Amino acid sequence: MARAKTEQQPATGATLISMVGLSVAFLLFMAFLNVVKQGNILSEANLLFAALIFYAGAGALYLGFGVTGTESYVKFASLATWAGLLANTGAVVHRWYQAGHPPFASVYEMLLSFVWTLAALTLIAEKRYGVKVIGTVTMPIAIVGVVLMQLLRTDVKPLVPALQSTWLHVHVTLAMLAYAACALSFALAMMFLIQDRVKTETFLAATSLFAVGIYAAILTRFENWGGLSVTAWDAQEKSEMFLSRGVRLFVTIPDLGWLMLIVLVAVAAPFALYVIARIKKNDAFIVTANRALFVSILLQALALIFFFLRAQNGSYSSLDAEGLYATNLAASPFILSGLIGGIFASLLYLLLLWRRPDLERLLPDADTLDRITYKTIGIAFPLLTLMIAAGAYWANRTWGSYWNWDPKETWAAITWLVYAGYLHMRITRGWRGRRAAYFAILGFAIVMFTFFGVTYLLPGLHSYA
Amino acid sequence: MALSFRSTPRKIWHTISAVKTGVVLILLAVVFSAAGTVILQRPMTDPEEMQRAYSPRMLHILDAAGLTDVFHTRWFIALMVLVSLSIIAASIDRFPNSWRFFARPYKSADENFLRVLPSYAKIPVPDEERGLMAAERAFRKLGWKAERIVRSNSFSLFVERHRISEMAVYVVHASLLLIFLGGIVDAVYGWRGFLMLTQGQQSNSVALREGATRNLPFAVRCDAAGEETYTDGSPKRWWSKLVVLQNGREAQRKEISVNDPLVYGGLRFYQASYGSTGKLAQLTLTATPSNGTVGARDINLALGQTMALDSETSVQLAEFIPDYIVVDGHVYTRTSDVANPAVHLVVTSPNAKAKTNSSVSVWLPEIPGLGENQQSPYNFEAKDLKIGYFTGLQVAYEPGQWTVWAGVILMGIGLTFVFYVVHSRFWVVPVRDGLGGVTLWVGGSANRNRDAFEQRFQKVVEKIKEELHAELQTRPRRTEATFAGK
Repeated sequence: MARAKTEQQPATGATLISMVGLSVAFLLFMAFLNVVKQGNILSEANLLFAALIFYAGAGALYLGFGVTGTESYVKFASLATWAGLLANTGAVVHRWYQAGHPPFASVYEMLLSFVWTLAALTLIAEKRYGVKVIGTVTMPIAIVGVVLMQLLRTDVKPLVPALQSTWLHVHVTLAMLAYAACALSFALAMMFLIQDRVKTETFLAATSLFAVGIYAAILTRFENWGGLSVTAWDAQEKSEMFLSRGVRLFVTIPDLGWLMLIVLVAVAAPFALYVIARIKKNDAFIVTANRALFVSILLQALALIFFFLRAQNGSYSSLDAEGLYATNLAASPFILSGLIGGIFASLLYLLLLWRRPDLERLLPDADTLDRITYKTIGIAFPLLTLMIAAGAYWANRTWGSYWNWDPKETWAAITWLVYAGYLHMRITRGWRGRRAAYFAILGFAIVMFTFFGVTYLLPGLHSYA
Repeated sequence: MALSFRSTPRKIWHTISAVKTGVVLILLAVVFSAAGTVILQRPMTDPEEMQRAYSPRMLHILDAAGLTDVFHTRWFIALMVLVSLSIIAASIDRFPNSWRFFARPYKSADENFLRVLPSYAKIPVPDEERGLMAAERAFRKLGWKAERIVRSNSFSLFVERHRISEMAVYVVHASLLLIFLGGIVDAVYGWRGFLMLTQGQQSNSVALREGATRNLPFAVRCDAAGEETYTDGSPKRWWSKLVVLQNGREAQRKEISVNDPLVYGGLRFYQASYGSTGKLAQLTLTATPSNGTVGARDINLALGQTMALDSETSVQLAEFIPDYIVVDGHVYTRTSDVANPAVHLVVTSPNAKAKTNSSVSVWLPEIPGLGENQQSPYNFEAKDLKIGYFTGLQVAYEPGQWTVWAGVILMGIGLTFVFYVVHSRFWVVPVRDGLGGVTLWVGGSANRNRDAFEQRFQKVVEKIKEELHAELQTRPRRTEATFAGK
């Protein structure tokens, strides 16, 4: 049986590689035809598109590797990642040259840099530490990032006076690096938990809770008659609409709130079933819970499709102003990434559910993962410290105060404190293994909240980031 | 009883200095800070908005608990002080041990000590002396300096690097305390305010955030202010030329812009905003006599200013309306944007009949029914309009900020040492077995990054073996006394 499997693998391997190769070639050819028509090859949009194609190819191959464990995929996957990174670098350089400042000023530019960092870190993790399967997680994130970029503005927007400072660039670069290191420590901690024989159903419960968190956050914009509020979009200015300075104008998409509520129930169902299974000590409920998760993926996809259809170029009424206002997917990057993130996490769970023995074979052993997790946090923590210090210095030069207790600042401090707690527990109390991994996961959850949640849910000075 | 009296302070000390207490306090700080970002905060949010967001009872409870201004309440500051105390206590509690470790390193090891080390190796050698010499040379070639440890009946080698790394954590703790200290100094003695100046205006009273004003011992005058824009009209740079006046004398002069403040007497003046006051600074008019006796001339007028046009006639700029609208024969101001301006001039000339001066109102542009433009001895034409601009200055007094920056730099250094500078130690001890053979026991330990150290350790062992091999081939046997005698 095992032999039959090993004999089969090269065949399927070649199929996937040639399929991915053909589609990459086809897409590049189509893109090339388009470029010939435009007469401008090295534009930022083209470079990004090329990056997207290569990242997508790499993602498919990494995923293929994750599922089948065929070693030859990784070689081609990292080749595709290199190509994507090259195109991505071109886009970053182009942007930098055109804007005259490093690309960190808007959500679009930060995504550009973030995806670049992510791809670079993937290659480093793979080559330096031999964590080959990491592309399975990072490449889909990179793809989502590039797709989001296509939706967001692409024209260079001049910097308002407060943002014209070298310290800002230092601050944001450090933030990107620190957050990327935190993301890596999170992925490694998850892998550690897999290698540490944490039960698959525990991952099920965690996935379900994660999705519940996403939909609960989205539903904070639930309006009482079942609508969902999204930011209005000014198509001419290519920016969000504001009622007054710093106050966004929200429009309500009718009935979408109900759909989100239904999906919330659907994604909560696996967790509820898991709790029942634990109480009744009956594993039959786990089987049902897995089915419920499968159903929830379909519903999540439905929610994504409906959100896509309703939010892309529709006009809706607003609670705060009269008349109809347009909205656009670009106006709701956080909802969009939340929806995609939920589906993505659920799919990763399915990968674990179906291919756990293969994953365990491919991943480094638990001890190594534990040590690398600590090492990445050892990199992330000084970066976080410097990021906060650079931000404080910049704020002092711009607003005359190094610390304003603005939500973003406060949450950055909270992140710092949580990682400081992790380091203390690890160094002085000898926390190893599972407890340390949970702590690392908590730390990254807070990083994500600082990055997305604060911008989306809490108002403050950091409104442009 | 006496015993419990003595032990109570010790118990308290143990509680305060425990890492667990520190982590619990940090968690509390995290929870309350998080609450401060979720609950609307007082000075930043309008009172009306607070009332809209929370029910009166809820608001009362939140206010009473200090949750509407978390970061400035006494108990939050008390919590910060407790965190500081916990850091100090934990550092004091652990410092003597670390200091002993640092000041009196454990140099002379024996085989029992080496056996429990994570990295150790045994190398058979012909005799103690040549083994140690080879090891010493191996370390020297790898760039490490070996120290000879001579005890009454044994010799050994001790090699170490970056012992300072053991102290780095105290540097980080000290730096955090410095930052806290600076923050507390600023919270107690520091203040922030806002100063709005129009061109040419000088002032010494700063509006504080809490609504009060504060008078400075010197005045600040704005000589000029301006804005540079991008081609699309969005602001690129704001600047103001400021002059500090001490007792009426010019003490300092600087052109500030966003991110480049003026510093005087410990106070910092930041360019915070810039905009139109909606008020007229200067109006340029062309005045032409209605009877055509004298030629046209250009005059400049400020609001309220009166200017003689000839020996008998004068004109006063009575009103400026940035955006006017006429309703029922009255002129109203619609907005303060200079979008649709109107000026009201009063022309005074001698009236032959009444033997007094009479005034006529002239409106530009002419407003039917209001302006008496036809009766004016002069015709006016608006040529240019200069609007007044204000520059908004953020004023900050932060006596503790240099302590904070010192703390930040110290923390950077401390963290670098904590994470990236490894205290590594090697011991080389010759051990005689019962049969008369000698084995060189090499042990190593590092306080962090053990993987990398293990590789380095293997390299050291290889090098010693290599040197030993060379030694055996080239040199004859020597006595132990040579080594001991040196």
